[in-house]
Amino acid sequence: MPAVSKGDGMRGLAVFISDIRNCKSKEAEIKRINKELANIRSKFKGDKALDGYSKKKYVCKLLFIFLLGHDIDFGHMEAVNLLSSNKYTEKQIGYLFISVLVNSNSELIRLINNAIKNDLSSRNPTFMCLALHCIANVGSREMAEAFASEIPRILVAGDTMDSVKQSAALCLLRLYKTSPDLVLMGEWTSRVVHLLNDQHMGVVTAAISLITCLSMKNPDEFKTCVSLAVSRLSRIVSSASTDLQDYTYYFVPAPWLSCKLLRLLQCYPPPEDGAVKGRLVECLETILNKAQEPPKSKKVQHSNAKNAILFEAISLIIHYDSEPNLLVRACNQLGQFLQHRETNLRYLALESMCTLASSEFSHEAVKTHIETVINALKTERDVSVRQRAADLLYAMCDRSNAKQIVAEMLSYLETADYSIREEMVLKVAILAEKYAVDYSWYVDTILNLIRIAGDYVSEEVWYRVIQIVINRDDVQGYAAKTVFEALQAPACHENMVKVGGYILGEFGNLIAGDPRSSPLVQFNLLHSKFHLCSVPTRALLLSAYIKFINLFPETKATIQEVLRCDSQIRNSDVELQQRAVEYLKLSSIASTDVLATVLEEMPPFPERESSILAKLKKKKGPGAVSVTELEDSKREGGELNGGGDRGSDTASTPSPSADLLGIRSAAPIGAAPASAGSLLVDVFSEAGSAFSPFLSLFLLISFHTMAKSLPPCPCIVCVWMAFPSFFFFFSFFVFTSMVPFPICSHPLSCGLSAPPSEDPAPPLSEADELLNKFVCKNNGVLFENQLLQIGIKSEYRQNLGRMYLFFGNKTSVQFASFTTTVSCPGELQSHILLLNVQTKPVEPLVEGGAQIQQVLNIECLTDFSEAPLLNIKFRYGGALQNLTLKLPVTINKFFQPTEMASHDFFQRWKQLSQPQQEAQKIFKANHSMDTEVLKAKLLGLGTALLDNVDPNPENYVCAGVIQTKSQQVGCLLRLEPNAQAQMYRLTLRCSKDSVSKRLCELLAEQF
Amino acid sequence: MMRFLLLFSRQGKLRLQKWFTPMSEREKKKIIRDMTTMVLSRQPRSCNFLHWKDLKIIYKRYASLYFCLAIENQENELLALEVIHRYVELLDKYFGNVCELDIIFNFEKAYFILDEFLMGGEIQETSKQIVNRCIESSDMLQEDDSSEWYEVELFG
Repeated sequence: MPAVSKGDGMRGLAVFISDIRNCKSKEAEIKRINKELANIRSKFKGDKALDGYSKKKYVCKLLFIFLLGHDIDFGHMEAVNLLSSNKYTEKQIGYLFISVLVNSNSELIRLINNAIKNDLSSRNPTFMCLALHCIANVGSREMAEAFASEIPRILVAGDTMDSVKQSAALCLLRLYKTSPDLVLMGEWTSRVVHLLNDQHMGVVTAAISLITCLSMKNPDEFKTCVSLAVSRLSRIVSSASTDLQDYTYYFVPAPWLSCKLLRLLQCYPPPEDGAVKGRLVECLETILNKAQEPPKSKKVQHSNAKNAILFEAISLIIHYDSEPNLLVRACNQLGQFLQHRETNLRYLALESMCTLASSEFSHEAVKTHIETVINALKTERDVSVRQRAADLLYAMCDRSNAKQIVAEMLSYLETADYSIREEMVLKVAILAEKYAVDYSWYVDTILNLIRIAGDYVSEEVWYRVIQIVINRDDVQGYAAKTVFEALQAPACHENMVKVGGYILGEFGNLIAGDPRSSPLVQFNLLHSKFHLCSVPTRALLLSAYIKFINLFPETKATIQEVLRCDSQIRNSDVELQQRAVEYLKLSSIASTDVLATVLEEMPPFPERESSILAKLKKKKGPGAVSVTELEDSKREGGELNGGGDRGSDTASTPSPSADLLGIRSAAPIGAAPASAGSLLVDVFSEAGSAFSPFLSLFLLISFHTMAKSLPPCPCIVCVWMAFPSFFFFFSFFVFTSMVPFPICSHPLSCGLSAPPSEDPAPPLSEADELLNKFVCKNNGVLFENQLLQIGIKSEYRQNLGRMYLFFGNKTSVQFASFTTTVSCPGELQSHILLLNVQTKPVEPLVEGGAQIQQVLNIECLTDFSEAPLLNIKFRYGGALQNLTLKLPVTINKFFQPTEMASHDFFQRWKQLSQPQQEAQKIFKANHSMDTEVLKAKLLGLGTALLDNVDPNPENYVCAGVIQTKSQQVGCLLRLEPNAQAQMYRLTLRCSKDSVSKRLCELLAEQF
Repeated sequence: MMRFLLLFSRQGKLRLQKWFTPMSEREKKKIIRDMTTMVLSRQPRSCNFLHWKDLKIIYKRYASLYFCLAIENQENELLALEVIHRYVELLDKYFGNVCELDIIFNFEKAYFILDEFLMGGEIQETSKQIVNRCIESSDMLQEDDSSEWYEVELFG
């Protein structure tokens, strides 16, 4: 039976909750809820005015229903009414309802704000706290606008009650986090800082969260807080466990406040004032000493609170990274925890030691725990603890222990949890590369990785081993021998076949002298795996075969035989078939010289410093880098400090140590054409080209000079790939490999001419028409003439968008001084914030046949009607080309589809009944009236297409919400086709009239 | 700061949800699903901390109820455990031997107590006495709503 309800006890509510609990099935529950909803609705609609108690009870029931996971679409008004009740209990329920069911309905927010305003000025502390809570819970922009200036006043006023101060501090923090621009501290700064001295511990505890956040953002303005924090901390740390009365938690004085103080200090460097610093070091020492004292209680709460402070102190010590003595003590303390019987402590010690490992002072001390950590990796029962152990091993790895750690991690991989295997594989791969002294060890390690956890070896890892083997000729023979041996295993992983195929295709000749690995043996070995592999691997193997023909002319007949057989040349997979046909033809018509040129050994990969880390550091500055990235970068730094033993051979290592991470962002050349090509295929897929870009990987071989000169842009190949004729292609690249192609290796330094200074041309007459083509689709060719093709690929999420522009030079002559500008004209310009379009400049030279890419980031701040303009200028054979297009960014791109039932649809439709909210157009059909075509267009629009809403099944009904930064605009659409008259009637109802109008204009052109 | 607090039963039935940052209903549902499956599948005597996306999840079981608190990455896990414990103590003090049913039938009270303790994802008041006094005085307000009375009581 229900527990006794305390306080006022709303009996009806308790009965309702019991009923729900007694429901045997989900259906019964829904039935009971619907009954209740109907009852409440009728009560709210009834003529009889409800008394406060009933209103409270029903609102509370609605809240309960909502919390069960059902939608609630009424009752908000009644809840708002409760806010102005002068009965505390009614007000409280009203506020609870508002806090839980936040609604962006601006009408309501205004009413809520009014009630809050009244309560804030009521001078009744309980009411004020309720109001402040509500602001903090909702935290919307409108509330920030209304109250951001009022709350600091409440916070620092002399006569404010302590409890109100606490709420005000945290409320202000919330508003600062959501709308920092609206919270101006200025004059309040010093008074807020001095809250650290407040007598009431609760006030300090609440205020310090605010101060910490503000200090992180404006460290200089708040730096006086350092000395205050130190003295407060020192008073707490040295107090006896009973001094702080109720702020002592299980014999630990003020653990929350202590941790917050230590956290605040981590926003700043060590104090410069010697006395302050001395006092702080003393505090830290006391905390470390206390850890050694016998516990004052056996309760876990005691040890948790005590150790929470200890870990926070250790974080501060690591943050300062300047007190070797403290660092080593911290490390020893954590070392004790590594063997503690509490799993939580072992977990935290492993985690905390990871950061200690990056400090030069404690790196060695951390290393002494290696056996314990390895043991943890092997024996911990909990996978998350094992994960931390693996992280720590990774962090403590350096040249001296790399072989041991890599070996342990490899052996752990055999039994590792599936959830962490991929990460482990990456870590092993990184360590193996970073600390490889001899590259045969590196190759062995990676091949072992593939053997043990082949499924988890991502492409990056096997690309990388190939990159390294190609760039280092001292390891090529060994690699060939090792993969050859590995492939002899009866069951070997497909990734092994990929690596094997690639390496033998390149370097099989290095082991061909041994009769046991003669060319034919190699080929047969590879081919024995062929039929078990997936299509991409088979494609790779076919490329390896054609390379074999070049490496070993004696295999030519055998391989041609294989290529010629029906399963290749008539393979149902177009990629395989094409490769087979083309390779067969290539091998039979090309002379040995041509073959040797085309199938030349892969050129070394360019050295690149493409790690994510470097990019992050450059982009964000040190402050914004997240903890793990910081760890990584610190570790790198530490390695440089301590890594003086780095052999001279590593100086020629093709990439900086952390490069494996970077592969994700900048793929190696071998992979780049594939990825760039796939974009291209996407963009031009509508042009009907099904040509696979995969071949480009291979054909790049003879393009290496070009590829080198244009590292990020393998598109030359891709553009040529778009012509589905091998022979055209072939003659082209034979031509280019014979006759040096006029490519400047430093495009930027060519400086053929200054950028054209002419004004942008007016938009093309067909610009609107082109724009309209993109209303219901995101990808395609925007523009094309004899010289230039512009492809677009775009994606949108919420109010943000990203657009990729592809400019293809269709001629064989380069475009010079190529510039593009994006501008927001007219309407857009006068509301410059309407659309925030960020662009990156493009390279000024576009080679003949090449394609360049540009990315635009788009943010929709508020609704708009005009489209941004894209101006393109370049010189073609001396003549300036200047054209302006409209970028297909239209308001509907920011649609989020909304599914709703018929009932809801009509209710909302009726709500949007003001005449200006509706836009309607009757127009003649310009395109097919086919149902599927229409549906596709409506879906392309971005709205949800709702079935069973309109009573007439011929009609289409859609709903969606346009997301802009400033607001959301709900939109409903109805399209009524009249097939006989070949006409449509289109009706739009939106919560904003300008949107209805614009959508109606845009859509009328679509059907 | 704390991002959300969820209370659910061993059967995965949600008993209380508190979100400290605005979130869409869809996101909430997804998180609830993720949390219940993740936490309920943990072996007994595992550690109480998990990494999830960019957050740390701290969970603890009290009788039939799981308390699951998400905190930001730089926050202190052990202290978060004690936040949960303190909340349990506050519930216990108020209901007297609190059990899952108390929270089901008096969910609004559970929210009120939480609101006195935490606000905007930060600790507002750690003193058990002060929080309890607030809750009790508001209960007294509920029993007698004559406003003169409570003003005397509160300010006196």
